[in-house]
Amino acid sequence: MATLSGEAWRVDPEMAAAAPAAALPHVAIRPARGWTGLNLGELWQYRELLLFLIWRDIKVRYKQTALGAAWAILQPVFSMVVFSLFFGRLAKVPSDGIPYPVFAYCALLPWQLFAHALAESSNSVVANERLITKVYFPRLVIPIAGVLAGLVDFAIAFSVLIFLMLRYGIVPTWTIATLPLFVLLAILTALAVGLWLSALNVQYRDVRYTVGFLTQIWLFLSPVAYPSSLVPERWRPLYGLNPMAGVVEGFRWALVGKTPAPGAMLAVSVVVVLLLLVGGLFYFRRMENSFADVI
Amino acid sequence: MSDLAIRCEGIAKQYRIGQRESYRALRDTVTDAVTAPFRRVRAALQGGNGRPANATPTIWALEDISFEVRQGEVLGIIGRNGAGKSTLLKILSRITWPTRGSADIYGRVGSLLEVGTGFHPELTGRENVYLNGAILGMRKSEIARKFDEIVAFSEVEKFIDTPVKHFSSGMYVRLAFSVAAHLDAQVLLVDEVLAVGDLRFWTKCMNKVRSLNQQGVTILLVTHSMWQVQTACRRAICLEHGKIRYDGKPTDAIGYYEGLLKTTGQQDPASGSARDEASMASAGAESIVDFRVQPLGEWSPEGNPLSDSGMQITFSAKLQPRSVVKLLIRVTSPTGLPYFSAFSDPVRADINGSIHCESCIQKLMLMPGQYLLFAALCSVEDSRNLLAAESMAFEVEGPGYTNEALFWNQVDWKIRDAMETGGRA
Repeated sequence: MATLSGEAWRVDPEMAAAAPAAALPHVAIRPARGWTGLNLGELWQYRELLLFLIWRDIKVRYKQTALGAAWAILQPVFSMVVFSLFFGRLAKVPSDGIPYPVFAYCALLPWQLFAHALAESSNSVVANERLITKVYFPRLVIPIAGVLAGLVDFAIAFSVLIFLMLRYGIVPTWTIATLPLFVLLAILTALAVGLWLSALNVQYRDVRYTVGFLTQIWLFLSPVAYPSSLVPERWRPLYGLNPMAGVVEGFRWALVGKTPAPGAMLAVSVVVVLLLLVGGLFYFRRMENSFADVI
Repeated sequence: MSDLAIRCEGIAKQYRIGQRESYRALRDTVTDAVTAPFRRVRAALQGGNGRPANATPTIWALEDISFEVRQGEVLGIIGRNGAGKSTLLKILSRITWPTRGSADIYGRVGSLLEVGTGFHPELTGRENVYLNGAILGMRKSEIARKFDEIVAFSEVEKFIDTPVKHFSSGMYVRLAFSVAAHLDAQVLLVDEVLAVGDLRFWTKCMNKVRSLNQQGVTILLVTHSMWQVQTACRRAICLEHGKIRYDGKPTDAIGYYEGLLKTTGQQDPASGSARDEASMASAGAESIVDFRVQPLGEWSPEGNPLSDSGMQITFSAKLQPRSVVKLLIRVTSPTGLPYFSAFSDPVRADINGSIHCESCIQKLMLMPGQYLLFAALCSVEDSRNLLAAESMAFEVEGPGYTNEALFWNQVDWKIRDAMETGGRA
C-alpha cells in the first residue's frame, strides 16, 4: 500500500517529523497487505486524468469507421425495429398501453448504455496494460473512465427518442425530472459489475468470453422486450434483484409516465447495486496490488 | 539527513515463477482446487510434509536493498539483465509493491519507465501531449502553460495537428520525450529511455537531464550505457542477483560490473560490497562552460566536417581554485564506443577556479557518419573518474558509408593500368 501525502494530503505525523522540508510531498512505499481503504481522496486528485481518459475513449471510438457516431444511433434503432416487428407485431407482447416502438426504445436506451459500459469496463484494465505496467495512478480511474465514456453514445441515441415521442404524440410528465437518477443507477450497475469483472479479467482471461454471454442472458432477464407487469405482483421485488429491472422500468416510468412507479422493485435494485458496488470497489483495491505483476 | 530525497530500507520483492509471464485460466485454478487434496494425501503417504514440493516456486527479484539518495544527486543503477534494476525502479514508481521493506521518497516524483506511455496513434500530436502529460501526472493548466515549450523542444511543430500514427518513429519519440522532460518533478526515476531518437536529439536530451539536475532535481538512472553512468552520475550502484554489490564511485561500479561480465557472475559478494562515502562528498562544483567547436581546414557548405578536415574545440572549465585536473577530448560512436581519446597533461585552475582550453584536432580521419564529441575534466589519479563533461553530436560528410570501416585515412595511389584515370581513396 502506498499513500501519497503532502499538499492536501494526509501526512503521517511520524514521517512528517523526519521529512526534510514540510513543503515536500512524501511518498511512503510499504508492502501491500490484504484489504485496504478505498483512498477516494487520491482518486479525486487524479480527476483530470479521469477526464482525459474518458475524452480519449470518446475521441478514438469511431476513428476510422465509415459511419462514425451514427453507430450510436444505429444499434438501438435496429434493435427497436426488430423487437417491434417480432415481439410487438408478431408475438403481440403487451406493452403497458405504450406504443411498442416507444416502449422498446425507452428500455433499449438504458440497456445499451449498461451493456456497452459493462463491456468497456470489464475489458478496461487489460486493455490499458501499458499504462498499468509503466505509470502509477489510482487504478480505479480505468474502469470508471470505461463506464463514463459510454454516456456520449447514450446522449446521441437519446435524440432518436425525442423524435419517436413526437411521432407518437407522447408528452412527458414531471416524472422526467427523475430520469438522471435512473441514468446514474444504470451507470452504477455497470460499474459495480465491471469492477469485479475487470479485476478478475487480469487474473482469469475467461472473463473476456463470459461478458458477451452474460450480457445476452441478462437482456432476457430484464424487462426490455416485455413489461415487468408480466411478472406476478408478489414476485416483483424478487425480480428487482436484477438491478436492470429497476433501471428499465424506472426509465419507462420517467419518460412516458403511464406505467406505475416501480416502488418495491426499484428499492431492491438500488440496494443490490450499492452492495455490489461497495464490494466491487474493495475487491478491486485488493486485487490492484498485483495487477502489474500478473497482467 | 536534512537533504534526503530517497531512502530504501531492506526492500525485497518475491515473484512466483511464471507469474510475470502468464495469466491463469479459471479452469486451471478449478482443477488445482479439485486435485490439491489428492496431491496432499499422496504426498503425505509418500512421507512428505503434505505440501507439494514445487507447488509455487518463487524467486527473489530483489533482496535487502538499502540505500539513500540525497537531493540533487544523480545515481546510476547498473547491472546485468535480470539483476533487478527495473523491478527496483517499478517499486519506487509504485507500479508494483515490495514484499518486504520500505521506501520513502521526498519530493514530487516523476517516473519515466518508457517514453510515450499512453500515446494513442489515432490522436494528434497536440492531443497526445495533453493525454501523456495527464498520465505522467501533470495538470491540464500546467501542460497548457508549457505546451509551446514542449513542442519547440520536440521540433515537430509542423505536424503537431497530425495523428501520431503518421509520425516517423523519430518524431514520435522526440515528442514523447519532450513531454516527459517538462515534467516538473523533484525526483526523477528514469529507465533507459534516454537511448532514443537520433544522435543530435540524444545529446539534447542528455543536456536537458543535466540542466534538470543543475536545477536541483534528484535523478535515479537505470542504464546499460557505461558512458552515461560516467558522464551523468556522481555515484552508481551495481546490482547482481537482486542484491547491491557495489555502491560508490561510478568508475568503480563500472569496473565491478565489467568484472561480473567476465566471471559469469559467480563472485564473492563481499569483495565488491563497499560504500564509498568519499566520492559522494567530492560531488560538486566542477563544470564545463562555453563549449564551442569551430572549423579547422575545409568543411562542407552545410557546415559539417569532412573526413580530412580538422576541428578546433574551445571551452572553459570551472572548478575549485588551484585544483589540478586533466582535460579530455573524446570522440565516440552514437552508442558510446570511444574512437579516440586525448588527455592533456595535468593542469591547475587559477585563483578563480577557471581553466581556459583551446584544442585542435588536425585531421578527424573519421568515416562519414554520426559521432559524439565530448570534452571532460577528469581526476589526475584516475582518468576514468570524470568530474564534468559536455557533449555535442556532429556529422562527418563525404562519400562512402559508416559501416565500411571505423577510420578513414589518406591513401595516395600510383597504379599502372589500362584505364586512363587512377583512383583516389
